[in-house]
Amino acid sequence: MTHHAPQPPEAARRRALSERRMMRQGMLFAAPAAFLLLAIYILPLLFVNASAITDYRLGAVATRFVGLGNFIRAADDPVFLRALENTLLYAVLVIPSGVGLALLVALLVYGRRRSRTLWEVVYFLPVTATLVAMAAVWQFVLHPTLGPVNALIRMLGFEPVAFLSTPELLIPTMAAIGIWQVLGFNMVLFLAGLKGIPADIYEAARLDGVKSPLDRFLTVTWPMLGATTMFVTVTTSIQALKVFETVAVLTRGRSGSETLLYDLYLEGFVYSNTGYAAALTLIFLAFVLILSLGQFFHFDRRVHYR
Amino acid sequence: MTAQALRLSGITKRFGENEVLKNVSMAIRAGEFLSVLGMSGCGKSTLLRVIAGLEAPERGRVCIDEKDITDSDPADRNLAMVFQSYALYPHMTVRQNIATPLRMRRLSQVARMPLIGRLMPGRRKILGEIDAEVARAAARLEIGALLQRRPAQLSGGQRQRVALARALVRDPAVFLMDEPLSNLDARLRIHMCSELKALHRRLGATFIYVTHAQVEAMTMSDRIALMQDGRILQIATPEALYQRPASLSVARFIGTPAINLVPIAIDARNQIHVMGQTLGLVASGKEAPRARCANLTLGLRPEDLRLASCDEGEGIAARILSIEYHGADRYLTLATGENDPPLTMRQSAALPIVSEEIRITFAHERAHFFAADGARIELTVQKRMTS
Repeated sequence: MTHHAPQPPEAARRRALSERRMMRQGMLFAAPAAFLLLAIYILPLLFVNASAITDYRLGAVATRFVGLGNFIRAADDPVFLRALENTLLYAVLVIPSGVGLALLVALLVYGRRRSRTLWEVVYFLPVTATLVAMAAVWQFVLHPTLGPVNALIRMLGFEPVAFLSTPELLIPTMAAIGIWQVLGFNMVLFLAGLKGIPADIYEAARLDGVKSPLDRFLTVTWPMLGATTMFVTVTTSIQALKVFETVAVLTRGRSGSETLLYDLYLEGFVYSNTGYAAALTLIFLAFVLILSLGQFFHFDRRVHYR
Repeated sequence: MTAQALRLSGITKRFGENEVLKNVSMAIRAGEFLSVLGMSGCGKSTLLRVIAGLEAPERGRVCIDEKDITDSDPADRNLAMVFQSYALYPHMTVRQNIATPLRMRRLSQVARMPLIGRLMPGRRKILGEIDAEVARAAARLEIGALLQRRPAQLSGGQRQRVALARALVRDPAVFLMDEPLSNLDARLRIHMCSELKALHRRLGATFIYVTHAQVEAMTMSDRIALMQDGRILQIATPEALYQRPASLSVARFIGTPAINLVPIAIDARNQIHVMGQTLGLVASGKEAPRARCANLTLGLRPEDLRLASCDEGEGIAARILSIEYHGADRYLTLATGENDPPLTMRQSAALPIVSEEIRITFAHERAHFFAADGARIELTVQKRMTS
């Protein structure tokens, strides 16, 4: 800019003025978003960080600084540890099946010509339903004496299973419901990914000797879906770690079926241990962050073919 | 007669109501470079896809080396295709891309599988052979240094070479190319044209090259199949296509700037009336009786028009409307009469332009005549003997 002939001071002043006006306008445009970001994310996060190192209880008059006391307490809290274990089990069940089954369904649905829209709607419906309302339906479906699932099990000649009262089955049952819920959304994402694969790559593969569906999947489809798979896996993981409604509605944490968020909810809103709940929140955030960043870096190098 | 590499007989293909290929037949000689030339939507790409086996024709047969392959899988046809978009596998390195056709053919299903494939006996030896052949193919196209890269890291021209290498590594009998140069910039396109030609000479394989660019077809091909509306108008050498177009449509399509088409009439005494003037010319030849007392179209290439010499005192009066300078040549746009379409004349830029009012004549031996139905009529033009 400055390698031109030196400008008269008047012109330079005018330009500086107009630049400042541009800046002001830019800030004005960014202000609403910046304000919302501050109010919704940054301030609450600061508040959570601050409360996590105190013994603040909702409505309490006096608050004491406890340092890392809340975190040490969490490490010894049997309910929290159980919740952590349950959540990890839930995630281990939901993530692979939620991603794998969705891919399978997407491949099947994509192959249909006429009935494709129908199947898309069928699999997507659970996404639109509120889980709280659907939990009531699940309660009926899984009922030991009235439910159709147990009717089927009896018909096949087995003993009926009490899905929602056998302690060991609580987390797997909720995981099944969780898979049912993410399936449709993930399927739609995979369908979009499938649509994005250029037809001529499949044709080139056919000429290259790729004949069987398995070869086609391994040579073209799976690698070309890499970016989609990464996105689906990360979002499914976050959703799995966030499991809450099923526990709140179906089990209320009985027989040791608490999950991280449910424990957090109990501590924060039922027992009013705000400081402790804040500490648990930070631990939860750390888990989500580690998992998603880990997946991101693990996948990113392999799925974006640059 | 050289061996036929490929024969199409009566190929018909429709998409819904739309008949894209209408009874297309042609024979392609072994080792020939044949271009299929036509405007977009004329069915040339569909024709190529039928040959490749990517589309099944409703009627007609495709034969390679006298073997009917109409119903066989694309992979079993012993032909390779280069796509307009190159269709490289973005997740594979150049080496893996080129190796894919060999891996698919030589490794068993199990040996190709990830992880467990490694346990298969003999796999290493086959992979070694494949590697050597990939290196050879890459060397032929001078991309040996790029083998470790991914397609996204390559320029358009390099991708083009990878696509070619992937095709030739299999050593197929026929190469199919679907507008392979259209994604390259002009300079690179000219360069790749000559490379393709050289590659064709080196390999001695049959090339079928689909393009809408006349220049590519004219400069590279042994023969050109000119297509329009799902039909082949003419198959001939570039020279024959230009010098003896079989129909009005061919004459219109081939040549830039386009051929001048002038309505003429031939009277009972075989005199030619051009733009209402007789010019003192008569038509003769075997087909002259057919042309007698008929309205025809006279086709004159821009370079076959010339200034009438002063002493001839004949020719047609014309006025220069505009001059387009092209370096060695210039194109003159000429008006001859009120209602006649303007003519384009090509002349050496070295000639002086004296006046806007000129008289023009044409090279008699290079005039083309077309009947009302568009078919070519062979006529010889002579000066009338004044008796």
